[in-house]
Amino acid sequence: MNVPTMADMMAQGKQPEVLFWVGAAGSYDDRAKKITKSFVKILHQANVDFAVLGTEESSTGDAAKRAGNEFLFQMQAMTNIEILNAYEVKTIVTCDPHSFNTLKNEYPSLGGKYEVYHHTQYINKLIADGRLTIEGENLKGKRLTYHDPCYLGRANDVYETPRDLIKRLGVKSTEMKRHKSTALCCGAGGAQMFKEPEKGDMDINILRTKDALETNPEIIATGCPYCNTMMTDGVKFHLKEDQIVVKDIAELIAEANNL
Amino acid sequence: MEKYIPNIFFAFILIAGIGYFVMNVRKLIRNIKLGKDIDRTDRKPERWKNMAKIALGQYKMVRRPVSGVLHIVVYIGFILINIELLEIVIDGLFGTHRIFGSPLGGFYNFLIGSFEVLAFLVLVAVIVFWFRRNIERVKRFMSPEMKGWPKNDGNIILYFEVVLMTLFLVMNGADLQLQLLEAPHYYHESGIIGSFPISSWLTTPFFENYSIESLMVFERTAWWLHIVGILIFLNYLYYSKHLHILLAFPNTFFANLNPKGQFNNLASVTNEVKMMMDPDADPYAMPEETGEEEVPEKFGASDVTDLNWVQLMNAYTCTECGRCTSSCPANLTGKKLSPRKIMMDTRDRLEEVGKNIDANGGEFKSDGKQLLDDYITREELWACTSCNACVQECPVNIDPLSIIMDMRRYLVMEESAAPQELNMMMTNIENNGAPWQYSQMDRLNWKDE
Repeated sequence: MNVPTMADMMAQGKQPEVLFWVGAAGSYDDRAKKITKSFVKILHQANVDFAVLGTEESSTGDAAKRAGNEFLFQMQAMTNIEILNAYEVKTIVTCDPHSFNTLKNEYPSLGGKYEVYHHTQYINKLIADGRLTIEGENLKGKRLTYHDPCYLGRANDVYETPRDLIKRLGVKSTEMKRHKSTALCCGAGGAQMFKEPEKGDMDINILRTKDALETNPEIIATGCPYCNTMMTDGVKFHLKEDQIVVKDIAELIAEANNL
Repeated sequence: MEKYIPNIFFAFILIAGIGYFVMNVRKLIRNIKLGKDIDRTDRKPERWKNMAKIALGQYKMVRRPVSGVLHIVVYIGFILINIELLEIVIDGLFGTHRIFGSPLGGFYNFLIGSFEVLAFLVLVAVIVFWFRRNIERVKRFMSPEMKGWPKNDGNIILYFEVVLMTLFLVMNGADLQLQLLEAPHYYHESGIIGSFPISSWLTTPFFENYSIESLMVFERTAWWLHIVGILIFLNYLYYSKHLHILLAFPNTFFANLNPKGQFNNLASVTNEVKMMMDPDADPYAMPEETGEEEVPEKFGASDVTDLNWVQLMNAYTCTECGRCTSSCPANLTGKKLSPRKIMMDTRDRLEEVGKNIDANGGEFKSDGKQLLDDYITREELWACTSCNACVQECPVNIDPLSIIMDMRRYLVMEESAAPQELNMMMTNIENNGAPWQYSQMDRLNWKDE
């Protein structure tokens, strides 16, 4: 895949219109890498002049901050801000709501002021600017339900943008009983992704997948690599992996556009 | 002189009742000020709007329609019937009878009639509330933290309201009958003062058989018990969960206005990190002589005095409705965490600290206890997913998540006491810039896979 880095760009004296912040999951996790690639294909189709930091990208520090390690978070933040500012980055897009939230809300007071987009917002902008269209035939009539990631939804009040994209796919979309501001967490936030849950009756992702199964979907859509992992595990727990797929909205758009 | 005894007695209990309440309010403010400073005076128009919409307008209550609508009935009833209280106080002080009756004329009849209808609706709503707590046993009222005093507290408040509303209607019913019988002091030449749609229907059949003397006993007893009851209720507030009727207003005014996902960046940490990263900083430099011993600031919170005053006000504002807990993913899946308990614990500990200060002549003497471990366990703190459902659901914008995060900060930065897997995650971030053990040099490998 043609994925230029900021260093490449700088060597050629060029400044891309947007920096794609890939994030740790999107870089290393096998499932999340597919989301990353789908999004890159969309960027290519829309002829977006983008770049990544590549080996210069490091953790935003989100998970460390939510685990209580403010030191590590601010070390990460200041290191990243130094690099981003050195490249004179103005606009950032990311497929990870946690990176989105941290870059957008927690970096400015430490000196990192950027225009930050979640990829669903960026794709919507590309459509609005006439740079991208969604064909929508491949998924027509499929039953879909959308799971709101907490760090996109409640944390930043982004509820309609992903739904606007879903409407363009021609799918039959049904809301879960808990959705938008009442959506249930997938169980990964607040650094839970990296530890065993505390003792309880069941895991959170099992309960959340149950919400999704009640809508009898063929596709569970979401916009977060961590939600994706949790919901995929939940579907397996309920022995439904033959009937239900968990997909990121970027993947669905790539599929609709035969990318 | 003798005929003024009731007026003097009334003035006395009024002053005593209000005076004792004011004393407790001052204690309350002192306790809230034990919290750390935080500036929440910016963006005033937004703050006023939030207060008008969320506290005054009850905007978030109707997210749960049944309890929301019933609560609005009680709330409107409470506020409007208190207008009548003004007349009751004036009548009590000056020995008059329905002093606003003549000046307001027909409008007075409309007011009293509306108050009666509201009082009746409040009675119905309160009985439904009692039913939900004690017979239907709605799940969020049955959590472990609601056992004992919190359960009784909730019921006592409902009983208070039933008694006060009943006394109000009995007082009116007896008054109407006295007016009809043209009893001295009650009788006005202009005719019946007030309109009594509920009490005439509920109590007139009962009062019809009594003499003027007996009716006066009924009317006076109900009148006195009603006003004394209100003063007792006012003073009960400080000792109960019911302070929200006052604190909901400042609490929504001073609430966080930033996106809910934005957690504050600790300024004390920023200074240290900047020093560490500054290539010109001399690590061996002597600290500047400032003349005073510098106490290193504690990171995060292990006790209530480490929290900020808004968090402490949150604790006093919480009325234990449990909407937070009933939407918490950790709680819904059987974990120990309950955001409501976080608020109740914070309040209980703050009260304990306040009493300690009172007992030790205005100074806190260490009692070997703190909010962490003695009230809130580590297991609760580590079960949180930071999903913000509790913050979203709170009808008065309380933020339990900020307390959980401040306590995690203490655990990690002061005690290095994170769960083992999280320590591994953080070590990975430190070493290779990712929560997993992958080399940073492999970050872009995906593009060729």
